[in-house]
Amino acid sequence: MKLRKVTAAASVALALAVTATACGGDDSDGDKGSSGGKKITIGIKFDQPGIGQKTPDGKYTGFDVDVATYVAKQLGYSAGNIEWKEAKSADRETMLQRGDVDFIAASYSINDERAAKVDFAGPYLLAHQDVLIRANDNSIKDPKDLNNKKLCSVTGSTSAQNVKDKLAPKAQLQEYGGYSECLTGVENKAIDALTTDDSILAGYASQAEFKGKFKLGGFKMTNENYGIGVKKGSDLKAKINTALEKMVSDGSWDKAVKANFGPANYKNEPAPKIGNIVK
Amino acid sequence: MFDFLEGYDLLGAFWVTVKLTALSAVGSLIWGTLLAGMRVGPVPVMRGFGTAYVNIVRNIPLTIIIVFTSLGLNQTMNITLGATDFSAINFRLAVLGLTAYTSAFVCEALRSGINTVPLGQAEAARAIGLSFTQTLRLVILPQAFRSVVGPLTNVLIALTKNTTVASAIGVAEAAYLMKGMIENEAQLLLISAVFAFGFIVLTLPTGLILNWVGKKLAVKR
Repeated sequence: MKLRKVTAAASVALALAVTATACGGDDSDGDKGSSGGKKITIGIKFDQPGIGQKTPDGKYTGFDVDVATYVAKQLGYSAGNIEWKEAKSADRETMLQRGDVDFIAASYSINDERAAKVDFAGPYLLAHQDVLIRANDNSIKDPKDLNNKKLCSVTGSTSAQNVKDKLAPKAQLQEYGGYSECLTGVENKAIDALTTDDSILAGYASQAEFKGKFKLGGFKMTNENYGIGVKKGSDLKAKINTALEKMVSDGSWDKAVKANFGPANYKNEPAPKIGNIVK
Repeated sequence: MFDFLEGYDLLGAFWVTVKLTALSAVGSLIWGTLLAGMRVGPVPVMRGFGTAYVNIVRNIPLTIIIVFTSLGLNQTMNITLGATDFSAINFRLAVLGLTAYTSAFVCEALRSGINTVPLGQAEAARAIGLSFTQTLRLVILPQAFRSVVGPLTNVLIALTKNTTVASAIGVAEAAYLMKGMIENEAQLLLISAVFAFGFIVLTLPTGLILNWVGKKLAVKR
């Protein structure tokens, strides 16, 4: 009797495990699961409009997504065989080292500390730290004007640290967990400017709900070289570099920039040369 | 191995955590006691308010409360709590939010303590002519507090760790520094371990000391 109870419990547990895995399988495959073939896993941001965003209906949009899709295609993976994973800023190095993702295109600026841990292909975009201000605000014309203003950025981000240390030490800095909270503040005039990479700002300003409300300062306060991160020593680096070169030469790069940042009147830098990191 | 710690004010950040914890702890002890008084009191309106407050506040995620103090109270309603620059405003807002949240838990811990005091105590107090507030203040609460040191210690430890949520509105406490360090140093695990250790250093002695105090004070029944 006792034995039968154990068997029953075990079979229930087994049944649960089987159904649970079945569910998991459905989730990760999504609607494109039927296309077959080898899969590639790519890390992107899920929460940066214009750069990498997961829309409520489960699609992925943004410049990083376009670049990653193009690169994956050159590596021999069709769009249906890409599995997108969220690569939060703090997790990126670990994800690459563990091999959770094949490569990461997630507004990933190349710097020395990171380059010691992972390899970078590219850069594929030269961004600058900039400010986003209300469209009718004419009091900020120069980075110096920021000194007695109220700025906002994301907690712990490089942009926030730059403001405090170098760019505008006298400015008041409000930090929030996300850019959307900052934008609320800028919109209702509690805060004067949101500061981070101009590509991210352009992505936000291009959103349908914000169109016409904000403008970019155009100050180019720092240089951020966005690269594609791969595992240290990976042979993917050379292949991705070739793919990126092709993307620029066949015009797809320009198209992706226009599509994702265009509406914000964002004057992008020309496509950077592979391996040329602007300090 | 730990050279990534150079150039960061680790102690300063944890000092802000300690200040947040201490101020919110005092605040929520006072407000929580008042709430508990309301919930056991004879006035129906106050009882209703106390019950509603506790049930609403303890069921809202702390992050939402903290972000609301900044976006709602400060930016939309222009409440500055007497400070002028963002860092002071945010610190005070965080103390306010943490106090509002934690006092709901203090109230419930204290109310369970009040329930351990035998009914005869209150009846005897009324019999010698003490009013409700006098009964509560002189007879019930002193005994109730002695029996809830343990549960209140739990609340205090939870509060210490909850202060990390204040980084959501940019208060420069430990979790805030941690985010910045992770961004700069690409050393996720080591940095997290250092900060986890920092919190253990704060909470472990608190737990041990207050447990001892609780045993000393407990009313033997």
